[in-house]
Amino acid sequence: MFESLTEKLNSTFKKITGRGRLSETNVRDALKEVRLALLEADVNYKVVKKLVEDIRERAVGQEVLQSLTPGQQIIKIVNEELIRLMGGAKKGLELLGRTPHSLMLVGLQGSGKTTTAAKLARCLLKQGRKPYLIPADVYRPAAIDQLEKLGAQIDVPVYPTDPALKPEEICLDALSKAGGEGADLLLIDTAGRLHIDEALMAELVRIKKEIRPGEILLVADAMTGQDAVNVAKNFNDSLDITGVILSKMEGDARGGAALSIKAVTGKPIKFIGVGEKMDALEPFYPDRMASQILGMGDVLSLVEKAQAEFDEKEARKLEKKLKKNEFDLEDFQSQLRQMKKLGSLEQILGMLPGTGQMKNLKQLKPDEKELIKVEAIINSMTREERKNYKIINGSRRQRIARGSGNRVQDVNRLLKNFTQTKKMMEHISKRGFANMESFFR
Amino acid sequence: MPGLSKKKDTGKEIKDADQDKGLFQRLQQGLLKTRSTFTGRLDRLFLGKKEITDDLLEELEEILFTSDIGVTTTQELIDSVQEKVVRKELKDPEKLKDALRDHILSFLKVTEVPHPVPEPGEPLVILVIGVNGVGKTTTIGKAAQRFRMEGKQVMLVAADTFRAAAVEQLVVWGERVEAEVIRQKTGADPSAVVFDGLTAAISRKIDVVFIDTAGRLHTKTNLMEELSKIHRVAGRKLPGAPHEAWLVLDATTGQNAISQVEMFNKALGLSHIILTKLDGTAKGGIVVGILQQFKIPVKYIGIGEKLDDLRPFNAEDFVQAIFD
Ligand SMILES: Nc1nc2c(ncn2[C@@H]2O[C@H](COP(=O)(O)OP(=O)(O)O)[C@@H](O)[C@H]2O)c(=O)[nH]1
Ligand SMILES: [Mg+2]
Repeated sequence: MFESLTEKLNSTFKKITGRGRLSETNVRDALKEVRLALLEADVNYKVVKKLVEDIRERAVGQEVLQSLTPGQQIIKIVNEELIRLMGGAKKGLELLGRTPHSLMLVGLQGSGKTTTAAKLARCLLKQGRKPYLIPADVYRPAAIDQLEKLGAQIDVPVYPTDPALKPEEICLDALSKAGGEGADLLLIDTAGRLHIDEALMAELVRIKKEIRPGEILLVADAMTGQDAVNVAKNFNDSLDITGVILSKMEGDARGGAALSIKAVTGKPIKFIGVGEKMDALEPFYPDRMASQILGMGDVLSLVEKAQAEFDEKEARKLEKKLKKNEFDLEDFQSQLRQMKKLGSLEQILGMLPGTGQMKNLKQLKPDEKELIKVEAIINSMTREERKNYKIINGSRRQRIARGSGNRVQDVNRLLKNFTQTKKMMEHISKRGFANMESFFR
Repeated sequence: MPGLSKKKDTGKEIKDADQDKGLFQRLQQGLLKTRSTFTGRLDRLFLGKKEITDDLLEELEEILFTSDIGVTTTQELIDSVQEKVVRKELKDPEKLKDALRDHILSFLKVTEVPHPVPEPGEPLVILVIGVNGVGKTTTIGKAAQRFRMEGKQVMLVAADTFRAAAVEQLVVWGERVEAEVIRQKTGADPSAVVFDGLTAAISRKIDVVFIDTAGRLHTKTNLMEELSKIHRVAGRKLPGAPHEAWLVLDATTGQNAISQVEMFNKALGLSHIILTKLDGTAKGGIVVGILQQFKIPVKYIGIGEKLDDLRPFNAEDFVQAIFD
């Protein structure tokens, strides 16, 4: 099916020779194939429908990159859209406030909660945390036993659950004993349950109320089909989950459920499970997921290469400017646009070694509204001002603010951001990405 | 899908609501609005309709897709009714519903796969396999109960020696249904446990033996090889065994189930499919295409975690549930 998606797209576009822009007709024909590919990948019907509509809007009229065929251009757009939908938000765990923290795993029967709890415990242990595993599944035969054995395997204490107690009582008692165990993080493994089982869903709500966990993660099987939207919606409506873990990702499932779940909950996918061993837990990468859903790693790397060539040209231009200290507000604007296209700065920097723990990155990430504001402000400047920001004095600032329908403070903030970015760019061009942390302090 | 794409996307009204809202929020609203179509769908669809329109066909298509029936089978089903509409054999929307129902039923009516049966005085040996977490162990417990109700002596063989506490889980089911459980240590060679089990079953004149295996993804060649070995060892101990190989499928699974059936069938030849977790909201439509393609019958469906939550598969009820 998927090898042939490219073929189909290419043959759809064979009739169109030469380059130019994507027309309404050829986009429509191509999107028919894309739609089927997404459905085949288990993306929910409604989600596909909306997605295809959005992609259509984006694609029609777009210029075809020099080095791409129109078919590849469509794939590029589809791929970018999928990454955008699944990306955003930070991926790590967010456990704030006083310890002990707690984290709760929820999901359908057989989705992989118990194994995931142990994998997470092992991973957190490595990061210097002191996890405590709480078996709160008092229903499934030997579920408590299973977590006890896994805990012993990875050297993490397991709360000795009394199956006669109610799960919320178990969790409360475990919380009171955490300190004595030297633990600072409770990992609660709950029983699998159907999202339509009201009594059991209410039980989870009670646990949440008593424990106030910092993270409630929905564990979902990567092989899930169309029902993923119903499951995710119900769990999220009842518990306001904080994220998702996709299990059993190492098989040959396309994993369209990832897209469906993100679409209905808006919650980030934080980890993926890639095996039964205790170390088989990985961070979630939207770009990898997108190519898995589309099932076309090769084509994408081709597309990426073309894109990279294009970006490289731009980058070289920029570098020259930086060397000559000519980075101006117009470049700033185009950088912001570029970032929006490529995904957040946070994501790009996150891929570089040693930048993982950098704080304050969030502030640098442009959000859509912010970007519109920035564009308006920069558009209200004269060419001269854009070339040389130093001449923008108080009265100019006032004029620019009025002209763009913003406050002077907005103009001030923009200029501050710009000078900061300019400094950062110059730093990078001189010393590469090393010692970037100093910059964010 | 020719002829079906004319209808304008209903996403429009969602968009008008609030331009500023994120895509996901809009999507959520859309899903909320259309949620009623997730349940009780077909009758509402046909209510008061006098003509078969593209809209109607598209909504039918949605029902099929959201039941996990899949691209190929859905297209085949829609194309066939559409053809009849074009040839004017079908005019009445009510008849369209029946035509579709019958067509799906024709896929689901599958005869037994030829498989060995035990010699008189020998146990029936059933090997239960599938990917992780689909409900193999639970299904064994429930199926054992059915045989116990018929007065049969049942033995359970704990050949999942990999997953933590998998043996203990099977032991609990053994107690519930009063069946002996043959076990070794976690980490033992599963074929060795099977050999032990069959030896014990033969000497104790057991009627039915269930072999519980570790869940494994069908893409792991070494683990699939391990299954073939279990199969061979069983046959060596008792010619003809295992007489049946049940593949357990989770109704929540999407298109990947096709790949599961294909690979497990290739590894050792399946006799039956068990479809679990039909007590949720998933329709399990994936088996429609699977049965059409592989002609392996569904023996039971799982509708819960209790002893009696295993029922014989009924094709008519199943199709009905897709349209409910
Ligand atoms: N709701 C529901 N849950 C089921 C059904 N069958 C099994 N389960 C549950 O699914 C989970 C995994 O089952 P298990 O038998 O351990 O799966 P295995 O790993 O394939 O042996 C357990 O929590 C079972 O109770 C079913 O038909 N309906
Ligand atoms: Mg099992």
